[in-house]
Amino acid sequence: MSAVIENHHDDHHHGPAKGITRWLYTTNHKDIGTLYLWFSFAMFLIGGAMAMVIRAELFQPGMQIVEPEFYNQMITLHGLIMIFGGVMPAFVGLANWLVPMMIGAPDMALPRMNNLSFWILPFAFFILLSSLFMEGGAPNFGWTFYAPLSTTYAPPSVTFFIFSVHIMGASSIMGSINVVVTIMNMRAPGVDLMKMPLFVWSWLITAYLLIAVMPVLAGAVTMMLMDIHFGTSFFNAAGGGDPVLFQHIFWFFGHPEVYIMILPAFGIVSHIIETFSRKQLFGYSSMVWAMLSIAILSFVVWAHHMFTVGLPLAAEIFFMWATMLIAVPTGVKVFNWVATMFRGSLTFETPMLFAISFVVLFTIGGLSGLMLAIVPADFQYHDTYFVVAHFHYVLVPGAIFSIMAAVYYWIPKWCGNMYDERLGKLHFWLSFIGVNVTFFPQHFIGLAGMPRRYPDYSLIFADWNMVSSVGAFLFGFSQLLFLFIVIKTVMGGKKATDQVWEGAKGLEWTVASPAPYHTFSTPPKVD
Amino acid sequence: MIYKFFNLSKKNISIFLFFIASPLIKADWFALNMTRGSTDISNEVFELHMLIFWICVVIGVLVFGVMFYSMWAHTKKKNPVPAKFHENHKLEIAWTIIPFLILIAMAVPASKTLVKIYDDEAGDINIQVTGYQWKWQYNYLEDDVSFFSNLSTDLDEIYNLVPKGENYLQEVDEMVVIPAGKKVRFLITANDVIHSWWLPAFAIKQDAIPGFVNTAWTIVDKPGIYRGKCTELCGKNHGFMPIVVKVVEQSEYDDWVYGKKQESIKLAELTTKEWTTGELMERGEGIYQVNCVACHQTSGEGITGIFPALAGSDVVMNNKDRNIEILMEGVQGAAMNSFSYLSEVELAAVITYTRQSWGNAEKGDGEIVIPKDIVDYKEPKI
Amino acid sequence: MKKDAKKTLIKLVVAVPLMFAFGFALVPLYDVFCEVTGINGKVFQSEYSEDLITDDGRTIAIQFISTNNENMPWTFKPSEQVMKIETGKYHGATFYVKNTTNRKMTAQAVPSVAPSNAAAHLKKLECFCFEQQELMPGEEALLPVKLLVSNELPSNIKNIILSYTIFDITDYNDEVLAHHQMAAE
Repeated sequence: MSAVIENHHDDHHHGPAKGITRWLYTTNHKDIGTLYLWFSFAMFLIGGAMAMVIRAELFQPGMQIVEPEFYNQMITLHGLIMIFGGVMPAFVGLANWLVPMMIGAPDMALPRMNNLSFWILPFAFFILLSSLFMEGGAPNFGWTFYAPLSTTYAPPSVTFFIFSVHIMGASSIMGSINVVVTIMNMRAPGVDLMKMPLFVWSWLITAYLLIAVMPVLAGAVTMMLMDIHFGTSFFNAAGGGDPVLFQHIFWFFGHPEVYIMILPAFGIVSHIIETFSRKQLFGYSSMVWAMLSIAILSFVVWAHHMFTVGLPLAAEIFFMWATMLIAVPTGVKVFNWVATMFRGSLTFETPMLFAISFVVLFTIGGLSGLMLAIVPADFQYHDTYFVVAHFHYVLVPGAIFSIMAAVYYWIPKWCGNMYDERLGKLHFWLSFIGVNVTFFPQHFIGLAGMPRRYPDYSLIFADWNMVSSVGAFLFGFSQLLFLFIVIKTVMGGKKATDQVWEGAKGLEWTVASPAPYHTFSTPPKVD
Repeated sequence: MIYKFFNLSKKNISIFLFFIASPLIKADWFALNMTRGSTDISNEVFELHMLIFWICVVIGVLVFGVMFYSMWAHTKKKNPVPAKFHENHKLEIAWTIIPFLILIAMAVPASKTLVKIYDDEAGDINIQVTGYQWKWQYNYLEDDVSFFSNLSTDLDEIYNLVPKGENYLQEVDEMVVIPAGKKVRFLITANDVIHSWWLPAFAIKQDAIPGFVNTAWTIVDKPGIYRGKCTELCGKNHGFMPIVVKVVEQSEYDDWVYGKKQESIKLAELTTKEWTTGELMERGEGIYQVNCVACHQTSGEGITGIFPALAGSDVVMNNKDRNIEILMEGVQGAAMNSFSYLSEVELAAVITYTRQSWGNAEKGDGEIVIPKDIVDYKEPKI
Repeated sequence: MKKDAKKTLIKLVVAVPLMFAFGFALVPLYDVFCEVTGINGKVFQSEYSEDLITDDGRTIAIQFISTNNENMPWTFKPSEQVMKIETGKYHGATFYVKNTTNRKMTAQAVPSVAPSNAAAHLKKLECFCFEQQELMPGEEALLPVKLLVSNELPSNIKNIILSYTIFDITDYNDEVLAHHQMAAE
């Protein structure tokens, strides 16, 4: 293969360096992708351990394991770590591995910045996690950090929290700039915009969203910092500020953020369903338009997180209608996936199982989202376990299942070995059952009236909380099986062919398995 | 007998079974679905919730139905050659327009209900609700009645040292009382961080924001006790500041307000009225004659070896705080009981009397005790 | 790097600080938005205007409420709880305030109006909430508000709540002052 031949005569095209420096100094998109993926998995386990603490405390009514104060630190860190440390870096890792290979580019456009954007992340999370050992404890105001609980009433560690959010933001922004520049300028001849694989499309849109909203988040935490240390009063009513303003700014970031965590999943699932249906994806261009309209709409629906702050009637009605409108393009995507499967020639390997359950469970999460958009009903749902169930349905069997599906789907290409299909299926079924047993009962708990972020609850919620905890332990521990499967696949296993999957289409399947250290040093020909 | 019981009729058996099953059915549904609540608005909200819920179920069944069908019928085994189609404009337009129409069908009734909720007219009763870390304060604006409402569940229950009661974490030391059938408006604000006042049975959830006032109103026809919770993370004890509203008939409400007013008038009298030594002495003598004279004697000398003398006693002359404490708590192992059942005025008067009589005033510090001292003593000390 | 790539890069790099600035721009934008729409019950100072005064106003009730933030120890209450007023006419009201402590303190009152869509029609000519209050130990005062409710108030509103929350900003002012001094040195 060309990379192997070049290895002998060209210093710039040699294989990976040896030892730790390979990973510290690497500018190779595949290495950086691997780093991102392993990092996000580590964070997934840490955030997951915190979820286990939460569910263990909620196993029975009464306080048993932790104190309410520490419980609040757990819910805050669980949310922050899963979002900024788990889901987002995992998607960036996938983008690093796949975007250049999918568009026939030799690497990312800005390789050194790529290295930097990864290597500042561990510091961000080191700072965030070290706050657990500080006086006053870790941030305890929820991942949404509403002022004034997060400013005037925050523990001293809030300054470190702000600093770490700044670093995470810088990392995401750099990562996104890299993705946009790569996609806009490094496509092989013939890879037109409307011929790009959907994963690339989804990441292009995601990257623009990130560039638009991560600086706003940085602005919000900067204002907090100034309120806390420099005597300004952006969010302090006493000085003419407004705590509700914080929520507006936060959700102006926060709602697009929600789609940042789901758009790449749409891309992944489209590829997997297409492959295992052995049929061309239904409605490619409507898929692209649907993603674009979801992204645009995401900027005008933020206040649906704030229906109870006392918005005027007109605002409530506007945000209700705008939010419901998002159901249309989202529906189009689901219908397209179903139509792709219809009269296809289906097989159910592990990635396909994850992808199908993504479609079903994400749709359930979407439908409960539709219910939440109805303002009068939202007065009853808001800040209860119904909301917890809703966003975990779109994030766990949504975003996280899609990441797992992607790993199973592309890992043969990454390391040249097939994963163990039987273990993969076992992992799928354990996760699928675990996720539903955990989160489905939370709909009931919420409707029956249990607010979220409660360390203890009334007796009527006891039964379903216990069920939910059992499910959470099942889901949590089955992820160790995932770790085992991945390590086993990296170490060895049945050799993968270059094509890997019978129905797979796209440039990444035209290179060898495992993918050489350098691919597409000369652009491929695409018709 | 048993035979007879079984034989009596199927009806009896089914009634019997129904009685066994009904709490189960009731309990299950209560723990599974949103409450219907007890106001017109909460009923409308419930209907709306069920409407959207069933629409979502139907959509889900249709979409997943097609999907599961093709998972069953279009496997590689049954359908080795996949179809070629990858677009169908008519179909795509249909599945864009139809959901849009369904959404309108949902949004229109929702907007109507919302307009009703926002209908802003003055209430018959206006109650200012203030969220604190971690309790609620209620202030009846028209009647000038004000009190705090704290969680009354025992810490031992929370820490699993004793069995949990029926209303675990849903009980307070003082309930909000409102009359049935009247429009009650809540003016919701907060004292420190953001809280949220949620009462599911009235379908009210409004954030309590420091510096801002949000309003919500309700008309509850059915008397009863309704329970709610704080729903915005407000710190450590966010989960421990419940809301309990007691709806009563108008007459009972009037009595309650009267009682609360009397309480506050009394308290105001105690704490603000300027008492003179003469007034206290006059009252105190009468109380002394009724309650104390049997042991301590009219002369204040007591009975040597049995009942201690008050005349010339160091505590009575110089230690005001201990003096109050003895009357409030009694003396362990002695005949001296607690007199805390006396009113604040009575206690202050009788203590002043003992401090001023028998030459005590001249020999000791001569200070008098006023009712406010007793009120302060009774205040919880943190 | 290709020329086009550089162009894209520059555009994106410029976009980031712009969006950061936009985050901050949301603060004044929000204030303007609130002032125009009356969202959030914020009321700003307005000029005296003959145009607002009419004789065919209707009678509505204004209900004053007062809240002490956190551990603010002052006595603070409206002189009258409910005031009947006519729309299209200026009316005055007062709040009683007393510093019950034995130290000098500074306070700031923050207003809020409910229902929120009434805020746009409430014009304050004069209000103690526009400035800070400094009271000596034991000092008391009557704080004035002068306001007009425009005749364009939606007809379904018959009752407006004007709420003031009083904040203790004594230490807060010192802190800001200290920061300014630090900056000056």
